Amino acid sequence: MSARERILQRLASAESRSPLPLPDVAAYYAAHQRNEDAAARLVRFRTAIAAAHAEVHDTDDAGWPALLCRIAIEKRLRSLLVGGDTADAGTLANQSQLPFALRSYDSAAPGWRNELFTAIDAGLTRAKSAIAETGSLVLWPDSREPRLMSLVPPVHFVLLDTRCIHADLHGAMTAEDWSSTLPTNALLISGPSKTADIQQTLAYGAHGPRELVVLLCHPTGAQS
Amino acid sequence: MTQPLHFHPSEGFAARARAATADPALRKGFRGAMDFLQTKRQAQFTDAAELSDLRDLGAAIRRYSLSRLPELLQQLETNLVANGIHVHWAENADEANAIVIDIARRREAKLVIKGKSMVSEEVALNHALEGAGIEALESDMGEYIVQLAGEGPSHIIMPAIHKTKQQIAELFAAKVPGVTYTENVDELILIGRNVLRQKFAEADIGLSGVNFAVAETGTLCLLENEGNGRMCTTVPKVHIAITGIEKVVEKLEHVPPLFSLLTRSATGQAVTTYLNLISSPRKPGERDGPEEVHLILLDNGRTQAYNDEQLRATLQCIRCGACMNHCPVYARIGGHAYGTTYPGPIGAIVSPHLLGIGATHALATASTLCGACAEVCPVRIPIPELLIRLRNEAQSAADSGSELRGAGESRSVLVSMIFRAWALMYTHPMLYRIATWFMSRGRALTPTAQGAWTGIRTPLVPAPKRLRDLLAERNSRHE
Repeated sequence: MSARERILQRLASAESRSPLPLPDVAAYYAAHQRNEDAAARLVRFRTAIAAAHAEVHDTDDAGWPALLCRIAIEKRLRSLLVGGDTADAGTLANQSQLPFALRSYDSAAPGWRNELFTAIDAGLTRAKSAIAETGSLVLWPDSREPRLMSLVPPVHFVLLDTRCIHADLHGAMTAEDWSSTLPTNALLISGPSKTADIQQTLAYGAHGPRELVVLLCHPTGAQS
Repeated sequence: MTQPLHFHPSEGFAARARAATADPALRKGFRGAMDFLQTKRQAQFTDAAELSDLRDLGAAIRRYSLSRLPELLQQLETNLVANGIHVHWAENADEANAIVIDIARRREAKLVIKGKSMVSEEVALNHALEGAGIEALESDMGEYIVQLAGEGPSHIIMPAIHKTKQQIAELFAAKVPGVTYTENVDELILIGRNVLRQKFAEADIGLSGVNFAVAETGTLCLLENEGNGRMCTTVPKVHIAITGIEKVVEKLEHVPPLFSLLTRSATGQAVTTYLNLISSPRKPGERDGPEEVHLILLDNGRTQAYNDEQLRATLQCIRCGACMNHCPVYARIGGHAYGTTYPGPIGAIVSPHLLGIGATHALATASTLCGACAEVCPVRIPIPELLIRLRNEAQSAADSGSELRGAGESRSVLVSMIFRAWALMYTHPMLYRIATWFMSRGRALTPTAQGAWTGIRTPLVPAPKRLRDLLAERNSRHE
C-alpha cells in the first residue's frame, strides 16, 4: 500500500466520524453587511488602503496618464514597466514626451530577469476590482500583465475603476464567480510590502514594492 | 553525512525553562512583544458580537472540513492534478524530505529558496537538504535572521521575536559580507532585501507552506506581508508547497472568514499585504511563474489525533499563534524552552502526535490551565481540556487501552499513587473526614521542604480548623 492509501485508510476508519452540516457562510455575510452606497464604500476602501501606507490619487480615464507622469517626476522614476498589448500600455505609448522610459514585459529578451530585478523603477498594472472592508486590490495577472510586474519593481502603480469595489472578499468572490474562473494566480494586494520581524518595528519594502500608488479612475465627469 | 536529529523536548525542559526565566533581557523582550501583539489583536476585535459570530463560523468550517477530511483530500488531489499540480503524500518527515530531495535531484537543483513554512521546520527539511548537498535558504526576514544565527524560530508567526535589534545588527555585521554595524531597522531590512533579491533570481526551486488548500478549485492559498512568498512561488522554475493534511477546506468561500480570523488573531492586522491564490503552474503563453508545481501532503502523526474524537479538535488549528501570544507561561519562558517546532499551548497539544507522548509529556504540564488560550482561539479549540487529557494519557496505566503513541511511557508510580489516594479520599466522605481531622490536628508535623513547591514558595500547611469545625462552632454559637 502506498503512503496515500495508508493515510486515507486511517482517516476513513476513524471513530465517530459523521459528516457535519455545511456551514452557511453566505448567511454570516448577509447578517453582517452594511447599508452603504457606492460612495461610502469607496471611502471605506480608501481609508483602509491609505492606513496600510498606500498612496491614493483621484483621476479619470482621460486624466491618469498626466497624473502618472507628474508622480513619476516627483519620485524621480526613470523607467516604467507596462503590460504587453494592453489598452493602458497603448494609452501611455501615445503620450508625447513621457518623463520615463517605457518598458514592456519581455521575458524572451536576453538578460530580462536581471533587467527586471535591477533596472526597472516602477510597474503599472490594472486591478480587476477591490475590497472596501480591508482596503485590498484584486489582481488577476495574465500573459499581458504577468505576476512579477506587481512584485519586483520598487514602485507599483495600480489603476482601479471605482465602480468595481466590493464590500468584502466574500462579496467579490461571489459576484465575480471566482470558484469557477480562478486563473493560474489570483492576488489580493493591500499595501506596499512590509515586515515587522525586527523587534516589532514596521519597515516597508521587505521583498516587494516599497511604494504602492493607487490611481482611482472615477467615471468621466463624475469627479468633483 | 549529517547526523539524524533527535527530538525529545521533555528532556531538559525544566532546565531550559529555568534558564529562560532567569534571563531578564529575554523576559523583557517577550513581555514587550506579547503586550504589543495582544493590544493589536484587541484593536481588531472591537465588536464582541461580530467576533463571537465569526469564531462560531470559523470553528464550524474547520469542524465541517475535518468531518469530511478523507473525501476532501481526494477531491483536492483530483482538482490539483487536473490543474497540472503534482500531488505527493508523506506519512512522516523522512518521506516528505525524500520527495523534496528527489525533485531537487531530478532538476539538478543547487539552491532551494524558502518562504516561511512551519511544516518544513517540523520535518527538519533544511537539515535533510544540507545532507543531500543542496543549499536551503530562508527568505522570510525573521527566518533569514534565525537561520543566520544557527537557531530555529521561537514563535510560529514571528520567528525572530526573541532577538533584539542590537543582536540582529551584530549578526548581520558578522555574517553578511560587506555590511557595517547598523541598528537602523530600515537599513537592516534593506540589507536582507538586497542579499535575498539576488538569491530569488538564482534559485532553482522555491518552497512554501500553505495556509489553506481549497478542494473544490484545487487552489493553494498563502498569506504574507513581505512578498518573499510570492517571490518563492513565482520566480524559480519549480515550486514545492508542503502542508499538513488538515489544512484543506471544501469551498473557496470558506477562505474569507478563516483569512480574516487568521490575520486579525495573529498580528492584529485587518489583512495581510498579500493573499496569494495558486491554482496551476505556468500555462502556455504566460510569461512568468513556475513550470512545475508540487504539493506534499504530510501526515506525521496527524491521523493519530484525527482518530480520537476529542483530540481531533487539535487539527482545527489555523496556526495564528494567538494562544501563545496570550499564554502566561509562553510569555515567561519564550519559544525555545519548549524544544519543539510548535511552542506554546498549540505546541503542547500538537507535538504529542508528532513526537509521541513520552517525549513531550512535560509540555502539557507547562500550563496553569488559566484558559486564556481557549478564550482567544479563533476556531474555538478547547485547549485546556486537551492539555488535561494529555496529562492523563502521560500517566495512564499499561492496561488502559490507550492507542496514543507513548501513552503511559512517563508514568510515575508516586504520582499515580498520590492521585489514586486523592480520588479515594474525595469520593469517600468518612475517609475525608478522618484524614482532614488528622491533617489539621497534626499540622505541626507538616514537612517544611515540599519539593518543587517550596523551591520558590512558602510551605503549604493545613488550617488549624477545618471548614467543618468552623461551621460547627458557628452553629453552636447561634443556638
